[in-house]
Amino acid sequence: MAQIEEVSLDKFKHLVSERALTGETMLLNMGPQHPSTHGVLRLLLELDGEVIVNCIPDIGFLHTGVEKNMEAKTYQKAEVMTDRLDYMNTMGNNLAYVMAVEKLVDLDVPARAQALRVILTELQRIASHLVWLGTSGLDLAAMSMFLYCFREREQILDILELVSGQRMMTTYFRPGGVWRDVPVEFEKAVRDFIKIFPKRIDEYETLLTKNPLFIDRMVDIGYLSKETALSYGVTGPTLRASGVDWDLRKARPYCGYEQYDFHVPVLAEGDTYARYLVRIEELRESLKIVEQALNKLPLGPVRSDNRKFVPPPRSEIGVSMEALIHHFKLWTEGFPAPKASIYSAVESPRGELGLFIEGDGGPKPLRMHLRTPSFDNLGVLPEIVKGHLVADLDAILASIDIVLGDIDR
Amino acid sequence: MGVEQKLGNMGVVTTTLETVVNWTRTNSMWPMLFGLACCAIEMMSAQASNYDMSRFGMELMRASPRQSDLMIVAGRVSKKMGPVLRRLYDQMPEPKWVISMGDCASCGGVFNNYAIYQGVDEVVPVDVYVAGCPPRPEALIHGVLTVYEKVKGEKFRDLAKG
Repeated sequence: MAQIEEVSLDKFKHLVSERALTGETMLLNMGPQHPSTHGVLRLLLELDGEVIVNCIPDIGFLHTGVEKNMEAKTYQKAEVMTDRLDYMNTMGNNLAYVMAVEKLVDLDVPARAQALRVILTELQRIASHLVWLGTSGLDLAAMSMFLYCFREREQILDILELVSGQRMMTTYFRPGGVWRDVPVEFEKAVRDFIKIFPKRIDEYETLLTKNPLFIDRMVDIGYLSKETALSYGVTGPTLRASGVDWDLRKARPYCGYEQYDFHVPVLAEGDTYARYLVRIEELRESLKIVEQALNKLPLGPVRSDNRKFVPPPRSEIGVSMEALIHHFKLWTEGFPAPKASIYSAVESPRGELGLFIEGDGGPKPLRMHLRTPSFDNLGVLPEIVKGHLVADLDAILASIDIVLGDIDR
Repeated sequence: MGVEQKLGNMGVVTTTLETVVNWTRTNSMWPMLFGLACCAIEMMSAQASNYDMSRFGMELMRASPRQSDLMIVAGRVSKKMGPVLRRLYDQMPEPKWVISMGDCASCGGVFNNYAIYQGVDEVVPVDVYVAGCPPRPEALIHGVLTVYEKVKGEKFRDLAKG
């Protein structure tokens, strides 16, 4: 096993200021094992007393080689890898992947599957924001937030388990539709959640939004200007809290998002508190989308009947030779995709999650690249923590909502 | 490190004493607050309201390895993280136990590639493996209870030799 490399200051010379070399400022290491880095992120901080002069993120502690692994698998099998990227947003990752593959091979998706995809990704967005709210509350010593948020999150995970059999790693969306139709209990479970959740959001707001201790830690902390955000490629709620109205669900509608009536919360303040308010508002908006989609959930098939890409149902295999051949071909060698390169993106809870696929005519991709939102959002961190106290770093880091699996891939 | 090495085998005295010591250890085990990937979220769920691991004397997760006696390796261990993990393990005081949570930590899981250790047992000695990708909180709690069973069966005699 490799040893930890002992490094001298010479290696960091170009990253820190002159004052660090003379010993006037102090270099402090935060992470990779630290409760408020939200994963295995290492930050090298240059401190002048309590004030942060410089912050240098060191990533790669969770580098998994997902992209390379996906290139070694067929288009159907590579999907399981996407679950494990951004593990707060598994349904959203599946959606980004299947949409990219569908775009590559030009595959149609039935309306019912589209609506189910919307419902489940929005539920997943709520679950992801709940983890964010719980853990960032925990960082600011609001322990009860963590317990409340995880209570509601369990309810969503129960719904995901109901439809897919797994709490987190669902792989429920498949190219051409979804794995199978939702069970009859699905509608009631979602309705129960829709009924209970607005009251719960109010409860969170009572605890935090006007809490003077919370406001002291959040307002005017970590200011991110519109220009900086755009130049760093920041997306998602972090961008929208800086006054840019950019949400892919509105700007480039997919999966029929244009049918639903919702608004995108935008605030101009750009501080940590604004990012908090935007996410709280998104919880409400997501719930609105779920309700609308459930109300007009169309009936019909949930998978495309294009047998070249979607395996036939089990019942057909016993009676149809052709179905058997398709089944065999799809599960042994997979379906070939044309020689083309495509990019397709969705709005994940953290921002724009995009997939670039380069097909080579065979059943496996030649190159698979992921544009993950956390990676770009983390890039802006050194800009916005400068001049703040070390204690504020917790709040700022929590407010940009990074997931290390998403960054390191 | 402690009394057990000095006492050795004292017959009925140590037998009774070791029952008491092991019992106290199982009921106040402090896990390290240390998550790597997806399994860390399920570990948090196990600590949260619905599953509530504090029923088993584990309400306190310590961020410092020097205050903890159970390491739950929750997630995949990359080549870059391996040495850090080992250092954390070395910093934990004896006696210490390790749970390998999830398929990635146990055997590499779906990631059979250049970046991931094919099992955390290449880095630290593991007491209990918990299967699942990720394991449900119930499975983790079962893993913890299995560690308790192991702790209850520990003999001072063996520790004195080592």
